Amino acid sequence: MAQTIKKAKIKSTESTYTKITNAIGLQQIVILIVLILIYALFAAASPAFRSGNTMTSIMDASYYVGFLGLGVTFVIITGGIDLSIGTSMMCAAITGGVVYNELHAPVWVALVVIMVMATGVGLINGILVAKFKLPPFIATLGTMMITRGLGSIISNVKTETFPLRGSANGWYKSIFRTDGNFPTGVILLVVMAILASVVLNHTKVGRYIFAIGSNREATRLSGVNVVTSEAMAYVIAGFFAGLAAIAYAATYTTIMPGTGAGFEMDGIAAVVVGGTSLAGGVGSIVGTFIGVFIMTVLKVGLPYLDLQPHYQIFITGFVVLLAVYVDIYRNRKANK
Amino acid sequence: MESILEMNGIDKSFGPVKVLSNVSFDLRRGEVHALMGENGAGKSTLMKILTGIFSKDAGKIIYEGNEVEYTNPKDAMDAGIVIVHQELNMINHLTVAQNVFIGRESMNGILTDDHDLNHKAQELFDRLNMDINPKVKVGSLTVGKMQMVEIAKAISMNAKIVVFDEPSAALTETEIQELFKIIRDLKQQNIGIVYISHRMDEIKQITDRVTVMRDGATVGTIDTVDTTKAKIIKMMVGREVSETPKTESTVPTDAETVLQVVNMNAGKRVIDLSFELKKGEILGFSGLMGAGRTEMARIIFGADTADSGEIYVHGQQVHIRKPVDAVKHGIGYLSEDRKQFGVIVGMSVADNVVLTDLNRYTNGPLINDHKINAAVEQHVKELRIKTPSVKQLLGNLSGGNQQKVVIAKWLEQASDILIFDEPTRGIDVGAKSEIYDLMNNLVDMGKSIIMISSEMTEILRMSDRIIVMSEGRKTAELDIADASQENIMTYATMREEIG
Repeated sequence: MAQTIKKAKIKSTESTYTKITNAIGLQQIVILIVLILIYALFAAASPAFRSGNTMTSIMDASYYVGFLGLGVTFVIITGGIDLSIGTSMMCAAITGGVVYNELHAPVWVALVVIMVMATGVGLINGILVAKFKLPPFIATLGTMMITRGLGSIISNVKTETFPLRGSANGWYKSIFRTDGNFPTGVILLVVMAILASVVLNHTKVGRYIFAIGSNREATRLSGVNVVTSEAMAYVIAGFFAGLAAIAYAATYTTIMPGTGAGFEMDGIAAVVVGGTSLAGGVGSIVGTFIGVFIMTVLKVGLPYLDLQPHYQIFITGFVVLLAVYVDIYRNRKANK
Repeated sequence: MESILEMNGIDKSFGPVKVLSNVSFDLRRGEVHALMGENGAGKSTLMKILTGIFSKDAGKIIYEGNEVEYTNPKDAMDAGIVIVHQELNMINHLTVAQNVFIGRESMNGILTDDHDLNHKAQELFDRLNMDINPKVKVGSLTVGKMQMVEIAKAISMNAKIVVFDEPSAALTETEIQELFKIIRDLKQQNIGIVYISHRMDEIKQITDRVTVMRDGATVGTIDTVDTTKAKIIKMMVGREVSETPKTESTVPTDAETVLQVVNMNAGKRVIDLSFELKKGEILGFSGLMGAGRTEMARIIFGADTADSGEIYVHGQQVHIRKPVDAVKHGIGYLSEDRKQFGVIVGMSVADNVVLTDLNRYTNGPLINDHKINAAVEQHVKELRIKTPSVKQLLGNLSGGNQQKVVIAKWLEQASDILIFDEPTRGIDVGAKSEIYDLMNNLVDMGKSIIMISSEMTEILRMSDRIIVMSEGRKTAELDIADASQENIMTYATMREEIG
């Protein structure tokens, strides 16, 4: 009873501060501050980092990591994991290249093929996990290796090059950056993030994804079709891997066979840094969005401090550990 | 008898919430001292302070004449204060002996010596008159045997005080009697025993004194022989609670059959079970653990599948393969294990209530949370669910109120066949009678209830008709007018003749 009264009091005096933290989440605010600090640190240490070109590089790198992260957020909230997004993204991209270069199809057909293929891999993951009850780690480890091999098989271990900017078929590059160097990709990423957030928080499938991550069996025993909802999370992750593939092709033009392994970790790390719990049931798109930029600012910024790219992986590891520790520490405190 | 433990003026707060206030408790050597109180009264917190799991804010603990304060469970254990937890802390894949001596393994150089462990465990079981093989995996034991292993483990640490936290919750009647035999042996060895339980009958049988707690304070300590069940309940809730059994069925003899089960079979768990449920009836299912009652309920609800059998709802045969199908036919299920199977503690009250069918709360593809909240507020009012708001996380509600949320979930679906599996397990005495009133209201509204319960008083108080099961079979079907504790127990322990 005393507790009830106390809570009622807190509610009536709800400040702007609590309104903001309730809407975005405290951890999200913390990592936004961390992001700003990291950026400020690089900017202070290196004048070159402050140039417009650097911003463009950060943006370019954030597209594919961003889409991977947004998609896999859904899977992680169900309590699962998708290790295949990185390789399935590159497999789809290289297949799109084959369709364009070898079959001489128009670019838009290649892009559709990319989306269908990546979403299809997501559907297979969904069926394996939700219907056949394979552990997500194992199921997606399998499809990760399959897609990595499949890309090389389809391309015959050849590098595929997409049309260059300014060439007859180079229009697709403007989806992410106009010829006048305007980063249209940011708009697309933001729009997709908003869409993902709406799906996650305001649709049935989103609500069920949270419910499954919190307690799958109780959700099933409530009469919810858990198989469909859980599978949808993997389909969404696959769909976003398709967008990531298009973003990668548009940004970097050249797709090499057998690549993509490790990209999924950038996406997953962004999600975890963003406060989504690997135990499932808790997560936010805003968090993932900020997490993505922490990843890409580190990736682009560290070379300006004369640190080679492998330092990015090294330091990212510490960032992930720190983020997870903060999450656990916070939960433990809340439970005390 | 000489006192072994005195706890005086214990205070404890979690943040701003005071959970213990000036609590006193004492224990003598060779005594069984019951600690009673509603859920949240502070019993477990007090025992966790004693065993070093929590620290106290104020007060004194005097153990064997010296003031002590343990900061972790290991220190308390080394000093001879052990707790047998409600949830079993066993590692299923290790053997009984490995579990008993975990952390204290016999070594042979750098290798563990399982031979010696088994030997030591066997000696221990012999001393305690327990019939358990130290070499088998713990996972293969019944819950009752696991409890015995847990007790043996406690004794093996040279315990002088053993705290039992609701030990009988998962035990059958025979296992409880075995447990009591062991407890009496421990008394003989001058060990002090704290016994936390909700079951009045056990308190009478096994304890010497009773201390009752309410709202974080001690209400009083009395000798068991001088007290009655009604007196203890009154101390616990601060008012009298009636527990009168029903004397006759309130269901008209020509009432419609809403659910019929014919020859249900599922391995050895359910054998050839047939029964009917009438409109407006509470059909009680009595029996011991493992009698097949929960299995039967889960099959009707589509959570598990049967090998054979037919189910008819309102006279129509139905095929229920998954819970979704059962819900469509108007069947709702309240699980015995609410936290695991009934509710989602990490989601709001509102989300829990409407989880099953969000379709009526959508505008196009989007969920309309305002509409949900308004509808759920209605349920909260009707069922008198105590929550500051429908947006409150379900995990912050008490057990009784969580159970009401599950009931609201099925009312929301307009389910007219409700299966209550142990509806008041883990719910305190006051909230219990509220759940009972609610169930009576539901049948007055024309709903029908299957109630599985291991509490005899609950069965006799609520049921219009009683089906008794034993080892997967129906052994009796009794009208409430013919039912008594004695004949139910006889049928519940009836075994199939071997041959």
